[in-house]
Amino acid sequence: MSENIRVVEHATCTFCGCVCDDMKLTVDLDKHCITKADNACVLGKAWFAEHVIEDRPAALIDGHPASVEDAVAEAARILVTARFPITYGLSDTTCEAQREALAIVDLIRGTVDTTTSVCHGPTGIAFQGVGESTMTLGEVKNRADLLIFWGGNPGEAHPRLFARYAVTTKGMFIPNGKKDRTIVMVDVRRTPSTPVANIFLQVKPGRDFELLWALRAMVKGRKVNPDVEQVTGVPLAAMQDLVERMKNCRYGVLFFGMGLTMTRGRHFNAGALLALATDLNEFTHFVAKPVRGHGNVTGADNLTSWTTGYPFGVNFSRGYPRFNPGEFTTVDTLSRGDADAALIIASDPGSNFPKAAIEHMKRIPVIVLDTKATETTRLARVAFTTATYGINVGGTVYRMDDVPITLRPAFDSPYPSDQTVLTAIKNKVRELIGDTRASGAARAAA
Amino acid sequence: MAELRIVNGRVYDPANGIDGQVRDLCLRDGKVVADVAASARRIDAQGMAVLPGGVDIHCHIAGAKVNLARKLQPEDHRLDPHPATAVTRSGSGGIVPSTFATGYRYAALGYTTAMEAAVPPLGARHVLEEFHDTPIIDKGFYVLLANNVLLGQLLQQGRHEEFRNAVAWWLNATKGYAVKLVNPGADELWKGRRNTNVTHIDQTGDGLALTPRQIISGFVDAVGALKLPHPVHIHCNNLGHSGNWQTTMETMRTAGDHRMHMAHVQFHSYGGEPGKNPTSRGPEIAEYINSHPNITADVGQVMFGKATAMTADAPLGYLLRNISHNKWINADTECESGCGIVPFSYQERVYMHALQWAIGLELFLLSKDPWRIMLSTDHPNGGSFMKYPRLIRLLMDRNFRNEQIKLVNQKAIVKTVLRDNIDREYTLNEIVIITRAAPARALGLKDKGHLGIGADADVTIYEEHADKERMFNAPRHVIKDGEVIIEDHEFRTDSSGRVLHVAPAHDPAIEGTLRPFFDQYYTIEFDNYPVADHYLHRHQVIATGG
Repeated sequence: MSENIRVVEHATCTFCGCVCDDMKLTVDLDKHCITKADNACVLGKAWFAEHVIEDRPAALIDGHPASVEDAVAEAARILVTARFPITYGLSDTTCEAQREALAIVDLIRGTVDTTTSVCHGPTGIAFQGVGESTMTLGEVKNRADLLIFWGGNPGEAHPRLFARYAVTTKGMFIPNGKKDRTIVMVDVRRTPSTPVANIFLQVKPGRDFELLWALRAMVKGRKVNPDVEQVTGVPLAAMQDLVERMKNCRYGVLFFGMGLTMTRGRHFNAGALLALATDLNEFTHFVAKPVRGHGNVTGADNLTSWTTGYPFGVNFSRGYPRFNPGEFTTVDTLSRGDADAALIIASDPGSNFPKAAIEHMKRIPVIVLDTKATETTRLARVAFTTATYGINVGGTVYRMDDVPITLRPAFDSPYPSDQTVLTAIKNKVRELIGDTRASGAARAAA
Repeated sequence: MAELRIVNGRVYDPANGIDGQVRDLCLRDGKVVADVAASARRIDAQGMAVLPGGVDIHCHIAGAKVNLARKLQPEDHRLDPHPATAVTRSGSGGIVPSTFATGYRYAALGYTTAMEAAVPPLGARHVLEEFHDTPIIDKGFYVLLANNVLLGQLLQQGRHEEFRNAVAWWLNATKGYAVKLVNPGADELWKGRRNTNVTHIDQTGDGLALTPRQIISGFVDAVGALKLPHPVHIHCNNLGHSGNWQTTMETMRTAGDHRMHMAHVQFHSYGGEPGKNPTSRGPEIAEYINSHPNITADVGQVMFGKATAMTADAPLGYLLRNISHNKWINADTECESGCGIVPFSYQERVYMHALQWAIGLELFLLSKDPWRIMLSTDHPNGGSFMKYPRLIRLLMDRNFRNEQIKLVNQKAIVKTVLRDNIDREYTLNEIVIITRAAPARALGLKDKGHLGIGADADVTIYEEHADKERMFNAPRHVIKDGEVIIEDHEFRTDSSGRVLHVAPAHDPAIEGTLRPFFDQYYTIEFDNYPVADHYLHRHQVIATGG
């Protein structure tokens, strides 16, 4: 082991939406790697261990090594000559980088979309319809005596949600931790999270909405058709028991995952859950929270919202932002063949999008910023290797509960940050557009 | 930086006793100066009024709650796009505009400074990020401390020195401008006692370690001792409830001889019985303010049309939700604050709304000292800041006002002094006071709100017009920090504006008191909590102790 060791305290893990900021990182500065990540969960440990500096070119054009400067120029050229350029990703980078991406999209009158459109996008749409009673995670820690996890498996996907924020942790009015809380899981199957629960309700696949709607009716004291038992697979008595628990707790929380938003019903499901939380405030204090995946997807939502008024799926072709999920969301702009260029930031749609969308990406010039080689970098016209946020790069990320946190990078990377590359592209785009305008004016004068 | 000489305009600078005299105004390096070179660029303001840039002492323009309200209302943005220009960014408008649109629209009304009035400390970093994207205007924010659990514990335990140091620490840690109190004591009842609320300033009992009055009194003392440029800025208990004027009077009495700023006092001037229709107590509140020079207030005028209730007063948000049955946001911030958001619409025919509108006008028209009653709509709670020009016309134009009075619910009007066709018309000089000079003075911003030597070169030039709404809707030229931002009604350049904040001295040992509480009850590390300086970008520390 090298002598050149640095310890970074209060560092932040940006792997998932929990954004735990209590990491103690041991860094080997000679080997450019993190050798130990105290307090990290199994996912966090892997995140810190795997982000070593690989020997890759800083930029590739058509698969051939190129200078960053040339790659920036080529990226800018692609973006200003495209008629329907799209931007996608953004949830695994800093707000500082996201801000530059939004500025580029505004300049080129493009389309911006984030990974929200394929995870909690339906929650965003439901939110616009019914609102949301919600909280920061510390309120859960300090107050929640009833927690319901619906359509998610945080034990594996957000391992520290239980220990740090929600279940076993002790809080101001929850001195005994889990003993003072009742944990309910609602899911279509048992998962490694299920053993945490005091009560498990197994709902039939695709019947979340029916169960939520029946619960809403029962909370309001209405009679429900006994058939709902057959439809949902959940006994009426279990529903009634849950309703009583929800109405009588002191501080109730509904956490929900993509089991709700990416199955039949989508934003109807999310809307029904948010409405249930709202309804319960007639009896007691009740809140809800989507459990977000990517480290800064919440920052992407926030930044896109304050810049445009809309959270994702935003198009600027008329010189001002318009929102239309289904029209301006990335799976749709690609699958329909609308997009004629793509700027992908910190995301790998080449590996997880529908086939039609991936096939279209292969037909158009794609610009990618990523820390690693991915399916998307392999099909890209221009690929930048960038430094990893939270490990090599500072900046701001928003936890799933909208709490912003400043990153403490552990060691330097030879690669530029997403923000640096995007700023360079923005400046080049500005130059090219300026040129166009100037020559247009010159033509008009002639 | 280029020099500028504004010639031939009528200058309105009440802080320096100038009331419409034609004189030159010289600007250099972002400041008003005595003279500039003969070769300096000239702006001819013939037939125009030259005013200091507007200062909004109470609005909600940035941060977590504002952004939630933005996200909540796509249907509203859709009706009011804000296109990019050759020099400015695009955005969306409506009742809660995007950040870029907010900055440009304030500037396009002649406002160059605006203060975000309610930020939980945990959201300070978010506010500064939005400020970075809010162009042109200077801005600061008020930090919500009245329901801060740790501060409440220190106060309850009588640890006044630590309390004062902790208040100062929090202002430094957040880069805030002033201390904001909202519905003191109510958060614990809302979050921990099944959504109940405080009903009385001297209330004791379950969930209340201190009475609201004890909390208010503690902050008044601490803010006084810290000599902050702006006093305690308070949103009283019982906002919106019939009979709340008594609470408002008691709150003002709690200030003693100390300064206190009453936020959106219109919402706190209601007579009648709780749970029943309110009446007006505007005259009583105006009279108390008139006779107590330690009190300043902004009105929080209701303007008919679209609004959005957004408040740290979560029980109020829920009350409005149950009235409007509209979509609703509640957002609890650990150990610090609550929040409620509801889209809302004020309608002329509704008794309550017409009464609120009329009480706001009563407060303006019965106020004897324009230096202590300031113009606000509590944007977007009473209506958008974009309605300020219309409000100015209501104050300056008696005939227009009387016509408007006829159009609203008359059962409300007869309960107010507006039934008597009040004669008073605000002069242009008085408008300059309530929109510029007075808010700057109340904020302790010595270089703003006036055009004397050394003032910030924030200048608005309006074409004079009999229709004051038209006049104030579209300044001909807007100059910020000596730079011509709007010329002949068009944006000529973009700029970022400054963050205004305070940095009161405190004993660093206070961190030893705070750290254990953070370790136990917060979910963010104590060392990661204070906002780093680089979030400020362009900024200015406003001195304490002045």
